[in-house]
Amino acid sequence: MVNRIVVGAHYGLRDWVLQRVTAVIMAIYTFALVLFLLAMPSSYEGWKAFFGQTWVQVLTQTTLLAVFMHAWVGIRDLWMDYIKPVGVRLTLHVLTLVWLVSCVIYSIKVVWGL
Amino acid sequence: MQKQRPKHLDLAKIRLPIPGIVSILHRISGVALFFSLPLLIYLLHGTLSSAEAFDAYRAVVSHPLMKLVLIGLLWAFMHHFCAGIRFLFLDVHKGLELQTARATAKSVIVISLALTVILGVVLW
Ligand code: HEM
Repeated sequence: MVNRIVVGAHYGLRDWVLQRVTAVIMAIYTFALVLFLLAMPSSYEGWKAFFGQTWVQVLTQTTLLAVFMHAWVGIRDLWMDYIKPVGVRLTLHVLTLVWLVSCVIYSIKVVWGL
Repeated sequence: MQKQRPKHLDLAKIRLPIPGIVSILHRISGVALFFSLPLLIYLLHGTLSSAEAFDAYRAVVSHPLMKLVLIGLLWAFMHHFCAGIRFLFLDVHKGLELQTARATAKSVIVISLALTVILGVVLW
């Protein structure tokens, strides 16, 4: 017999951790980017060359994925706080996902210069 | 035993303490960033476009209305960033004492506003 407890203290712990981990990733990226920007000659060419490097693109894309996971947990919590009718809430969850997945796709195009 | 306390949930009457203000602004700024994600990616897109497209992009972002939106977003990010880091410290039980928590909450508001003004002036 399946006897799974679906409510209890660890409800949402994974998401809570995910939101913190992604927050730390974004914070580190922000600090690093600011340091690089300060060290770089501020010109269009310099910026483009900087962003043309594979490692910058990889770390940027990774951080952007962190942003989307972070925002997913955050916005979903928000709907759960304020929206009680199940149907409306489910619709908002789906719309949030569609919005975020679209942002992921757009960000891939921009980061990799496609 | 009946305690006679004033109890109301009237939004207009609730006086939020400073940490509460930081918290609700953190939520509001998070939502603002969420809705601006496409705009933020577009901003990055513009800086990486070809030389001709870059001129068109400059025209878009130097429009005064656009600049106001960008200043707003800059503040949203600064506040969310500073308040977020404060929350991360609270999560590992650093700075939980009432006095410290109030002081850091105040610093979050002041620092994010100051950074917004400084960066705003530099970028305008
Ligand atoms: C370096 C950058 C960032 C840091 C350090 C950070 C930190 C945090 C932390 C610690 C929380 C949890 C707060 C809580 O549960 O009380 C949070 C919530 C949230 N974040 Fe971020 N964040 C950052 C960037 C972003 C970005 C770019 C977005 C936009 C897409 C975003 C959207 C949100 C949302 C919507 C919430 C939920 C707000 C709430 O439940 O009150 N964050 N952030």
